[in-house]
Amino acid sequence: MTHISATVDGTHRQGEVEPRLLLVHWLRENLGLVGTPIGCDTSNCGACTVLVNGKSVKSCNVLAVQIDGAEVTTIQGLASEDEWHPVQKAFKECHGLQCGFCTPGMIMASVDLLTENPNPTEEEIRDGLHGNLCRCTGYHNIVKAVSHAAAEMSGS
Amino acid sequence: MIPSAFDYVKATTVDEAVAALVAAGEDAKILGGGQSLLPVLRLRLNAPSTIVDISNVAEIRTITDEGSSLLIGAGVTTDEVANNALVKAHAPLLSMTAETVADRAIRHRGTFGGSCAHADPAGDLPTAAAALDCEFVIAGPGGRRTVSAADFFVDFFTTAVGPDEVLVAVRVPKTDGWGAHYEKFNRTAQAWAIVGVAALVKVDGGVITDARVALTNMGPKPIRATSVEAALKGQPATADAIKAAAASAADGTKPTSDVHADAEFRSHLARVLTGRAVATAAGV
Repeated sequence: MTHISATVDGTHRQGEVEPRLLLVHWLRENLGLVGTPIGCDTSNCGACTVLVNGKSVKSCNVLAVQIDGAEVTTIQGLASEDEWHPVQKAFKECHGLQCGFCTPGMIMASVDLLTENPNPTEEEIRDGLHGNLCRCTGYHNIVKAVSHAAAEMSGS
Repeated sequence: MIPSAFDYVKATTVDEAVAALVAAGEDAKILGGGQSLLPVLRLRLNAPSTIVDISNVAEIRTITDEGSSLLIGAGVTTDEVANNALVKAHAPLLSMTAETVADRAIRHRGTFGGSCAHADPAGDLPTAAAALDCEFVIAGPGGRRTVSAADFFVDFFTTAVGPDEVLVAVRVPKTDGWGAHYEKFNRTAQAWAIVGVAALVKVDGGVITDARVALTNMGPKPIRATSVEAALKGQPATADAIKAAAASAADGTKPTSDVHADAEFRSHLARVLTGRAVATAAGV
């Protein structure tokens, strides 16, 4: 067993883990943060996307021991106490989902994209999210939601 | 899917990593960003007894300007290679190739050195390294050695890095004044290249004075299209001349046939994509 500690959604967390434990399993099973789903488990679909030190990663493709000392943000750490994150609000307002399974990963990947590019074109949004698969929407409303969030966040 | 159990060693220096590999024997694997290794572990295609994590080795996380070349640490991420100002200015082929790798999340953790050391024949970065005539700095129990790109890539998933050695850095010669482009064909946005072509072209007064062309997935390792390179030299930088030179792009290659494409289609792609890559690099 290996000792790890990390800040997860603003809270200091630590524990003994098997080196083979995946980050997504640590989040879900050890910390109970089941807002991050396991989709394909092959690093294709992006449903399990979280932020590590502010940058998107697929948490099924990272060992828990690799994030020792890091800051992890999951979908459950995005909202402030009484208000959703603008990207969360935009997905609701633009109906950027149907079944909702890909949504946590889509939102985290969108937050990451908007951090680097606060005002993306439609093409840049599609390119920026191409590591996240949605089998319901055809992506149309997801792209709209990210554009909407970008406008809200930049105050225009 | 859960990987098999393994012993985990977190190295903080290159020497520590080498010592851990020596102690663990041939069954050890190096973990950099893990974006190629983790799928292998989860699918249990490999079950190493020991994993040596080099992602905390500070020495391999830097990009250094050496004057006529850049020394890129093996642990520099694909995302950093894509966005670093030095790489963009002096080795744009590498940054633009890095931008096409997988997706943002994978690029945030995957590394340039790891992609080269993994040596997947469909990998993009090894092809750019071959076109750029990169040198690979490898550390082992006997010290450090430098290997050319031509000697580094040996076969499918096989490089010159021995079981008790670590890739420390890749030396990338600057290509100021060269036009560059990486052209990739794949079926879906984040899929591996069915075929890819990296091109570097030097044009002087409308004439191609030098050219380097390397192919992805046209054999077990990156292949330099030497006949195209020779045919391009001295030609006018025009669409017709480039297309004629690109006709020999598949000569001497050994593409595989699989569910994505048969060998004949891959050969066709190599010719077409070479034409496009060279033309774009030459500004035609």
